[in-house]
Amino acid sequence: MSDASAPVVHQHAAPSKFIWKYVFSTDHKVIGKQYYGLALVSVFIGMMLSWLMRFHLVWTNAAIPGLQLLSKNGAPGGVMTPEYYLSLLTMHGTLMVFFVLTNAPFAGFGNYFLPIQIGAEDMAFPRFNMMSFWVTLVGFLVLIAAFFIPDGPPISGWTAYAPLSAVGKDAGPGLAWGQNLWAISIGLFCVGQLLGSLNFIATTLDLRTKGMTLSRLPISTWAWFITSCIGLLAFAVLLPACVLLILDRVAGTSFFIPAGLVISDHLQPHSGGSPLLWQHLFWFFGHPEVYIAIVPAIGIVSHILMASMRKPLLSVKVVYGSMITIGFLSYMVWGHHMFLSGMNPFSALVFSFPTLIITIPATIITMIWIGSIYGANLRFHTPSLFSLGFISVFVAGGVSGFFLAQPSLDIYLHGTYFVVGHFHFVMGVAAIFGILAGSYFWFPKMTGRMMNDTWGKVHFWFTFIGVYCIFMPFHYLGFAGNVRRYSSFVDDYLQPLLPVHKFITIAALITGAAQFIFLFNLIYSRFKGAPASDNPWDATSLEWSTTSPPPFDNFGGRHMVVRHGPNEYGVNGAHGDFIMQDSPEPEPAGD
Amino acid sequence: MSSTALQPGQGSQSPAPALSGIWVAVAAITMSFAAFTSSLIIRQASDDWRHLVLPGILYLNTVIILASSVTLEVARKRISDLAAMRSWLYFTLGLGVAFLAGQAFAWHQLRAQGLYLASSPNSSFFYLLTALHALHVIGGLMGLAYTIRRATSVAVWRVATIEATAVYWHFLAALWVYLLLVLRTRL
Repeated sequence: MSDASAPVVHQHAAPSKFIWKYVFSTDHKVIGKQYYGLALVSVFIGMMLSWLMRFHLVWTNAAIPGLQLLSKNGAPGGVMTPEYYLSLLTMHGTLMVFFVLTNAPFAGFGNYFLPIQIGAEDMAFPRFNMMSFWVTLVGFLVLIAAFFIPDGPPISGWTAYAPLSAVGKDAGPGLAWGQNLWAISIGLFCVGQLLGSLNFIATTLDLRTKGMTLSRLPISTWAWFITSCIGLLAFAVLLPACVLLILDRVAGTSFFIPAGLVISDHLQPHSGGSPLLWQHLFWFFGHPEVYIAIVPAIGIVSHILMASMRKPLLSVKVVYGSMITIGFLSYMVWGHHMFLSGMNPFSALVFSFPTLIITIPATIITMIWIGSIYGANLRFHTPSLFSLGFISVFVAGGVSGFFLAQPSLDIYLHGTYFVVGHFHFVMGVAAIFGILAGSYFWFPKMTGRMMNDTWGKVHFWFTFIGVYCIFMPFHYLGFAGNVRRYSSFVDDYLQPLLPVHKFITIAALITGAAQFIFLFNLIYSRFKGAPASDNPWDATSLEWSTTSPPPFDNFGGRHMVVRHGPNEYGVNGAHGDFIMQDSPEPEPAGD
Repeated sequence: MSSTALQPGQGSQSPAPALSGIWVAVAAITMSFAAFTSSLIIRQASDDWRHLVLPGILYLNTVIILASSVTLEVARKRISDLAAMRSWLYFTLGLGVAFLAGQAFAWHQLRAQGLYLASSPNSSFFYLLTALHALHVIGGLMGLAYTIRRATSVAVWRVATIEATAVYWHFLAALWVYLLLVLRTRL
């Protein structure tokens, strides 16, 4: 497969000491696994927080055994206070959006596979890469520390709207040091992501092996590259926002806090700041963040689907173009999160238009997927099931976006569970399905062992049916006027909706429990799974041309030479109906 | 940036990532300062905005940082003459340090007028933007020091290092001129 005449590129030995090999490693594969591990820890913490919240919503006065140990003030006797509900809401959102949906599909899989897929030995800046993970890890620890300080986690939500997030302890629990920790954590996270994005871009531009032209990049690499461009500009705006927020909180400046603000009978010593400014800065990051989570998942799912369908997508280039268009438009739509903010109503119209436009490339990608699957001889293994599940939830969540893009409808729906259902489907669950598809697909390459496919399918069906049982009723609740962010539903008009909430809570408990099947499968298969061949899926990209798991330098000293595109499926190749990218065989006739 | 790039033969046959990395970093830093500028424009619209008169030394600092860009270019042109290149790089480094000292003196002058970080929105932005720019200049000085240290390395690597450092340093000079205009002008 390799070019024997090419020079051996690997000149530095693999570290032998544990600390340099597995902890402070500059190897992109170890860093990818570290990001993935951090996302795994975060997702289970975030999921358990959602269990606690769902339990409290329907059994408001019931004690949750042991919760008082987590927070004496927030849950006296194990019964959650309304404020502590908001604290858990903040932590759930922050963990999930930043440390799961950004870390796993982009930083995790991207770090592991981008260099291999382009035939490189490592990232362009390996030490920056290591730094990016460790800064992110410190950010995670700083965030989690908020659970263990007397003040507790902040109550301002993952969006940390000012002035609530900016004024300090007068405004409620968690808004003294809890909010400081949040802002520092997210600031650190931004630094980590900027370093990561820089690495991804420079690596893709400069370290491609011989023959790996841009048009021969696998679609997953395209997705990570586009995401790193989006992330570079988005996190570069959130970081200044965090700096301004921290200064307002600790240095007495007035960037976000208006004059004459009285909280808890205490006139705040600030003047002239603009709470709306925080929202603009935050959502300028916040909307592209949706695509930072979803574009890698689009790439991963497209990559897996082609290997499962045994044929290329109808038009891969149109998918590339659509992803780039989505990335570009993602910077023009942030105002649709602010229709209710008091922003000029004419601005709402301006933001509504590109919001509707951005659905076009997303729809094109979906149509290409569905059109490509039609008539394909699909291999139904766990990765392909999760890829199909991704398409389903992406469409289910995307359709409700049409409603919310229109200011007149959004004004009614924005403060309700409709929005919660929308973003959980289209961003949260869809990206999670992409992560799970990628996990089952690339686990053999990362560990040299297969995950159990039967348990994978059991996991899929519990998860797929479960997420619909949880999030589809949210839309109904929203139409019925069920407000979000409330910790209990004591108003008369909300009482009839409680049975729906009970159904959702039970579904959430079962679906959450099903994730332990995945966790068990992951851990068990790591040690006891069936040995994986180098290319168990008959796939074409370069990661399948090396051993499972790959050696320290990725290709065992071989200098890879690429001769084919990444989507050579359904052809007469030497080894079956595919041709690997580095295969010396000629292009098939008529191709 | 170049300190962490793969060495030639370590995976990449050319040191191009250093230059690409610098350009990407420049894009990110530009975006951050664009965000600060947007914030400043919005903040200027409020009633409590009092435009402050900037300390005169800032104009001298501007001349110094622009001069440092020129000396760095001279060093780049003398890349084949190691001793001369190093001298000009040291000169650039000295001008960079002088620029930072001048900025510190400007902060001292403002403090003497009773203007601190939280005194007014304008002073907030002044301290914030100049401090953040100074932090980036410190990064640039480290880059210059690294370039001086790498001056004796193989030619291809020496060229890549000085080119990457030059892009970053010229960007910092341009960024300073931009910030001075933004702070000086009511937008």
